[in-house]
Amino acid sequence: MAGAMDLPAKGGFSFDLCRRNAMLAEKGLKMPGFRKTGTTIVGLVFQDGVVLGADTRATEGPIVADKNCEKIHFMAPNIYCCGAGTAADTEAVTDMVSSQLQLHRYATGRESRVVTALTLLKSHLFSYQGHVSAALVLGGVDVTGPHLHTVYPHGSTDTLPFATMGSGSLAAMSVFESKYKEGLTREEGIQLVSDAICAGIFNDLGSGSNVDVCVITKGKTEYLRNHQLPNPRTYVSSKGYSFTKGQTEVLSTKITQLKPKVEVTESDAMEE
Amino acid sequence: MSRRGDWVYENNGGTCVAVAGADYCVVAADTRLSVGYSILTRDHSKICELADKCVLASSGFQGDIKALHKNLAARELLYQHQHNKRMSCPAMAQLLSNTLYYKRFFPYYAFNVLGGLDSEGKGCVFTYDAVGSYERTGYSAQGTGSSLIMPVLDNQLKSPSPLLLPARDAVTPLSELEAVDLVKDVFASATERDIYTGDKLEIVVINKAGTKREYIDLRKD
Repeated sequence: MAGAMDLPAKGGFSFDLCRRNAMLAEKGLKMPGFRKTGTTIVGLVFQDGVVLGADTRATEGPIVADKNCEKIHFMAPNIYCCGAGTAADTEAVTDMVSSQLQLHRYATGRESRVVTALTLLKSHLFSYQGHVSAALVLGGVDVTGPHLHTVYPHGSTDTLPFATMGSGSLAAMSVFESKYKEGLTREEGIQLVSDAICAGIFNDLGSGSNVDVCVITKGKTEYLRNHQLPNPRTYVSSKGYSFTKGQTEVLSTKITQLKPKVEVTESDAMEE
Repeated sequence: MSRRGDWVYENNGGTCVAVAGADYCVVAADTRLSVGYSILTRDHSKICELADKCVLASSGFQGDIKALHKNLAARELLYQHQHNKRMSCPAMAQLLSNTLYYKRFFPYYAFNVLGGLDSEGKGCVFTYDAVGSYERTGYSAQGTGSSLIMPVLDNQLKSPSPLLLPARDAVTPLSELEAVDLVKDVFASATERDIYTGDKLEIVVINKAGTKREYIDLRKD
């Protein structure tokens, strides 16, 4: 192995450190955890297109890492994708496919199709054999009509009229199974998606905070960020907190003068 | 850990806090009971009034907690019959420690905070680990949100170090209302970041007039 780490010519993962990591793990080193989104994401098809929904909580184990993150990712002007699983994986895979779709649009001169995004996602995820932990709800409207798909970390896909993914998927699916019908109006679709996400927010501990909604129809996409905010902070102390000097005990102080250590030379700006 | 066939415990989550004042004691706990990523109930009390001036809040495995509370309540009743008076808080503190250590090799999965008034009427808080190690302090937090709450209490209530001599009193100079306000704010903050804490907050205040109970809503997500 050469001293420097070489990235494979086509980009992608570098496996140079795998051997070292395995050796360290054997010696008892605890690997850092991944931030998962512990999520509720949903999508449904209504009469004019698709509606996608997601909660906004990102968790690191039992701690909320981000109270208002964005889980509905842009793929194309007419295609959006909700992501559950490891946050870095969903972010990376949707960004990558979004770029590929844009290049494809330039090459073909046409609007992107949902099945294109679907095939790009599933082949990428399959080739990583489930190690890229991204569970997605992909939805959009193209020339062939409205489409909604789910994509699993190992690369399998389903095409459905309504779908839910993430740790809150059961709570959300119970709402969909009770109230979904074909030919919903836009208002009904948004309401149903919001209800399903709220079910996940309140009944699943991995989901929480706010409801994001995205409505995609022929020729128009509306990204309703924080469409509902059903979880305001319940109590704020009117007294407030002050952090005055002296409140924290200073055990020792050491002051190092930097000026005598740094040489200031006269030279042109930006000169090497 | 649950890959072993013999893991008999379960963590039902939740957080407990107690703050001692000059002549009062505040004991608070959230009311959410959970298992895994699900909520079992939003309305479960983790607080047990063991004696008129002594209140115990426990988080952890509710099966063990119910058994522990029942055990202590029964022992307190026996004490009443034998001594013709109710158990004082320091006495109950010792009893709880002994009860926990009794099961040193099959512990109660309970993280306890005992609060009340001592024999002089001053507020006292005792904090425990799962096997009975305890200490009298001015304030404490236990449970899933404890690591979020303790640093804030340390900053606001500044407990004196036990290494500094002469020994200084750990009870806070804050008034009862200020202490309750602090506890509410600190729980609201812990609820924002801990998924196992939320729904409702139960606050019990003990002073020489008796025991008062208050509930406030917390985030339900």
